[in-house]
Amino acid sequence: MSPRAVGPVLLSARGVTRVHGEGPSAVRALDGVDLDVRLGELVAVMGASGSGKSTLLNIVGGLDVPTSGTITLAGEELSGLDARARARLRRRSVGYVFQDFNLIPALTAAENVSLPRELDGVGGRAARGEARAALREVGIEDLADRFPDEMSGGQRQRVAIARALVGPRRLVLADEPTGALDSTTGEDVMRVLRARIDAGAAGLLVTHEPRFAAWADRTVFLRDGVVVDGTGRRAEPESLLTGTR
Amino acid sequence: MSVRQGMLALLASEPMHAYQLRQQFEQRTGGTWPLNMGQVSTTLDRLVRDGLVEQVPSSDPAAYRLTADGRAELAHWWSTPVVRSAPQRDELSIKLALAVTAPGVDVREIVQAQRTETMRALTDLTRLKADLPAQVESADDLAWSLVLDNLVFSAEAEVRWLDHVEVRVARAALRPATPSSAPSPVDTRADVTR
Repeated sequence: MSPRAVGPVLLSARGVTRVHGEGPSAVRALDGVDLDVRLGELVAVMGASGSGKSTLLNIVGGLDVPTSGTITLAGEELSGLDARARARLRRRSVGYVFQDFNLIPALTAAENVSLPRELDGVGGRAARGEARAALREVGIEDLADRFPDEMSGGQRQRVAIARALVGPRRLVLADEPTGALDSTTGEDVMRVLRARIDAGAAGLLVTHEPRFAAWADRTVFLRDGVVVDGTGRRAEPESLLTGTR
Repeated sequence: MSVRQGMLALLASEPMHAYQLRQQFEQRTGGTWPLNMGQVSTTLDRLVRDGLVEQVPSSDPAAYRLTADGRAELAHWWSTPVVRSAPQRDELSIKLALAVTAPGVDVREIVQAQRTETMRALTDLTRLKADLPAQVESADDLAWSLVLDNLVFSAEAEVRWLDHVEVRVARAALRPATPSSAPSPVDTRADVTR
């Protein structure tokens, strides 16, 4: 496989802890999690239900706030920002891909993708141009004028990937993105996500499916809110299958 | 491993020399099961002895082709499922089976270390897959990608099985120990309620 350039750290979590409730009934959903995601890197998070993977994704995306610890996104520490600045940074830097696509049914593919840019304050014409470009990157420019219910699940998820990385957005947070797709379609979607990240983005992927997590550069395992292990960064080529071409 | 049947399958398309057989076998199975010339020669000798393959008259170097019996044997192979009833001895199953009854062994740690290792192997296999185009064009690429898929699905099954083992062991640890039972093999402080 061609070597991939891995860039600077885009997302950094340090000592991230999230406690729900107080006193003896308090639950530590996350407990001192450290994690770096670099530009050009896709990191998978695996763990059983309740291991803290969704909480981690929410905190990283600024949808939830850690009880202690810091999140640094594109060089800015989230806790140092007020709510408005945090929302702005989140909106302009982070895109989401969900299991159930979350596209707006009354909007075409191109309109779904251009909407975040219009909310950024980019003019309609420029936003539509960027949306077309983003759809081209995921291989479905020809479906730009279709509505979500005129597309297959795999096509809808490509639209969601395009929307997540439209304009200046460089971090995609994917929550079980293949959960609603069959095995082959799921693989196609992972291939597209992988290609977009290789082209200059970063991703955090939460999944319980090992075969899709394997598209990431590395996998970290959460158990009871703690990172218990990880596969480490990329293996050297000589440690790959021996005897293969 | 069915080197014998594999060679019959290759010779069904055209007569081949021993070195061609070796090269074709590797190419068409993605190089996952390399053969040495000794294996190829020995297998060819046995196929000739059993009347399934014959030398093409006056070929030099010797080329081999299927006999009628060889074609019948091959047809039988294609039409018969590979028998799965006798599981191969698997070090990991044996290790875990022994671990759950061994005193002072933390099964959770064994499971996690193995899951990381298998996940690493699965990631490596997926990188090899990612090198192939999404729509494979040549028959060789298709053969290679199917062999890779087989390894990918096996690795995935192992990770899923390890997840299952972890849950089963955690549940078993919650049950109160009976006086006659062996010391608990797992860390019973494990918080499995979350």
